[in-house]
This record gives sequence, C-alpha cells and structure tokens, in this order.
Amino acid sequence: MKPAAFDYHAPSSAEETVALLAELGEGAKILAGGQSLIPMLALRLAAFDHLVDIGRIAGLAGIEVAADAVTVGAGTIQVRIEADAELAAAVPLLSRATPWIGHFQIRNRGTLGGSLAHADPAAEYPAVALAMDAELETLSPRGRRRIAAADFFTGFWSTALEGDEMLVSVRFPRWTGRCGFAVREFARRHGDFAVAGAAVAVGLDADDRVERCGIALIGMGSAPVRASRAEAVLTGEKTPLDGAEIGAMAVAHLDGIPSDTHGPAEYRRQVGAAMVARAWTDAMSEAVNA
Amino acid sequence: MREVAVQVNGRRREAMVEPRLTLADFIRHQCGLTGTHLGCEHGVCGACTVLVDGAAVRACLMFAVQADGREVTTVEALAGPDGALSVVQEAFRDAHGLQCGFCTPGFVISLTAFLRDHPDPTDDDLRSALSGNLCRCTGYQGILNAARLAANAGRNA
Repeated sequence: MKPAAFDYHAPSSAEETVALLAELGEGAKILAGGQSLIPMLALRLAAFDHLVDIGRIAGLAGIEVAADAVTVGAGTIQVRIEADAELAAAVPLLSRATPWIGHFQIRNRGTLGGSLAHADPAAEYPAVALAMDAELETLSPRGRRRIAAADFFTGFWSTALEGDEMLVSVRFPRWTGRCGFAVREFARRHGDFAVAGAAVAVGLDADDRVERCGIALIGMGSAPVRASRAEAVLTGEKTPLDGAEIGAMAVAHLDGIPSDTHGPAEYRRQVGAAMVARAWTDAMSEAVNA
Repeated sequence: MREVAVQVNGRRREAMVEPRLTLADFIRHQCGLTGTHLGCEHGVCGACTVLVDGAAVRACLMFAVQADGREVTTVEALAGPDGALSVVQEAFRDAHGLQCGFCTPGFVISLTAFLRDHPDPTDDDLRSALSGNLCRCTGYQGILNAARLAANAGRNA
C-alpha cells in the first residue's frame, strides 16, 4: 500500500456527492475509475484527506442516443463506450478514440467523466470533446450548468469545475451528411500516453467544400488544445485529400509544446503535424466517399 | 478503518481495512492468496491483474473498499478442483510462455478474460490484448505462442 492515508466516502447520489464536496472543502477529491488518480496517489504525486467515490452512484453511467446528439453519463466505463454499436454510428470519433486509451484492463475501470475531469493534455477524450464541440453537464450545490468543451479545459490538469462541482454527463452533437472522423497517435508503446496525436472531424458540402471541421491535438500543449486557426482557414475551402500541408498549418502557431524524455518540442511539433496530416487524410477520405 | 466483504474465488472474505489498502494487497495479505503478484504498483506492469465481476482489472488501481460487495477471481481459481490446469494455463506450459513466472498470473488472467469475450481473435487482437502486461524474461514470443495455442484450443472445443 503506497498512497498516503485518506478518509473514504461512498455517496449514493450526485446531490449527496456535491454536498459532501462542499462540506469537506479543498482536501477532497472525486474518485471515479481511479486509473489516473490511483497511480498519482501511489507515486505520491498527489495526496488528499478525503476521496469521494462516485462509483456506486446509480444512474451516472449510460448512453442515450437521440436524433441530434448522444449523451453519455460521466460514470460510463470506456469499454462500454468502445462496445456500443449505436454510439459508434452516431458519434464515430468518440468510439474510434477509445481503443487508444491505455489497455483493455484500464478501460474496464476508466470512465468518460474521469478522463475529462482529469484533463490530461495527452488524453484522448478531451481531444474528442473539443473537436466535437461537446457540452459538459455539471452539478454543484448551486444547481446544474452546461459548459462548452472549449471553456472547460483551462490548463495542465485544470478545468472550469469548481471544488464542489462534478461532471454528470456529456453531450456529443451528431454530425450528419458527408462526414469523416479519425484519430491518429504516435506512442513508443501501444497504450502509453502518445508523444503526439490528433482527433479530426470534417464535414463536406455537396461540392466537396469543408462545411465544418474540428481538429484537436493530443499531447501538444499544457492543456488539451484545438487548432482553431487552421479550422478557420479550412472552413469553406476545397482542401486536398493529402493532409500534409494541413498538418503543418495546425501546429505552426502552437506555444508551449512540451519537451520531455521522448524528445524536444520541435520533434513533437513534427510528430503532431504528421498525426494531423494522417488523421485529416483518413477523415477526408471517409467524407468524400460518404 | 472500514469493513469490507468481498467474494474471493467463491468464498466470502470480510476484513476491517484502511481505505488506502489496494485490492491487490487485500488479496495477498487479508486473503493469503499470493498468486496475484505486485510489480510496479501503479498500473503499468499488469502483474496484479484479477477479475472483478468478470472484468480483468489492475488490482493495484483499485482500493479494497471499492471492491466491497463484488466478486473477485484470482489465478488460484483457474485450475479445476483436482488441480487440472485451465486451457490458458496449459497453453502457457506447453508453449513455454513463462520463465521466472512473476508476470504469468497477470498474463493468464488477462488472456482468460480476453478469450472468453473474443473467442476467435486475429493475431493482432492477441498482441493488443497482451500489450497491457509486461514480461522481462521471455521476449514475448513464447507468450504469443501460448495465446495462439489457447485461442485454437477454444476454437476446437
């Protein structure tokens, strides 16, 4: 047993959870699937006086497919997302990103909400939420609110969540028409956090012009980032199927690309460009043939 | 301290535990089942993999309190009551899928769960399924051969 001692709480509802968080204050942390939190506790990178386990709350997990959006409960485990055929058809990007997360033993415990709230810049789900313009529904003692993915990720492992607020569900809009979706990552070993990666969604009009697109970058900043500038340039344009130029454009203006044992920032910029290029090519090929 | 009751290999185990006690330590120390090995204790190596309600999970990335009321299966429960090895265990022996044996329980549990859910895997499926477990002896080829052997045994069963 390696983590520092903590008190354990297992509330049975979301309302009870946020009341507890408000009462316990700053020393409290939500425990979801624990696949990022428990390693951090074991390595003593983090320590909390209280862990509030939301794994026993009924109704926090589930997948609801509607005509215009898919709503996924924050407590839904990743293997369930991976295996849902209806979800795969409605929000392909979410489905296709999931096998890139860790290993199946991790995905058996890891949850959608846990991944988003942890907000690791190299994680897959934050990138999917950004690229798809997902809306995150939260609960606090002050009530419910919806936060756009673009406003949710505020920095390294930091989000717009207040200390007494929890994620309840995430709404992913469905894209219809001629669309394509792809995730590409490069990691030294499968299942590791990627050196760099990209999640791309693209929608074309009847004339093959980009009607809309989302390009989110994995591992390319201190927070999950979106290549907004490149998206703005591409929207309304006819673009080549080969994404090489688009990859270079997507990473051209990034600040704060991390340097680490895998290589310096400039190396990561090149890998990121290559991943965007490949994901763009994949997504475009799907959209053109749709 | 909190009281937990976990069904381990068909037997109910009750104990007063610290919340920070991992399920892996609970299995080894409270239950005395030392077939579940602890390598890295932070979710990388996969040696501690067990089944919780049938799903393969890292027992070092779960607290015993989270397993309260759940059903846990460890490597000790795979062989038959007469000691006959399971299909996966037999395949590891036949294909030299182990050397020192430290990582083996994790591999065997992972593969047992995977083949139950994917009875007709491709070679890539098997490699991906095994990617969450580390072995420092075999170079993996024996393990892959064991996985192929076990998958074939399942297909022919």
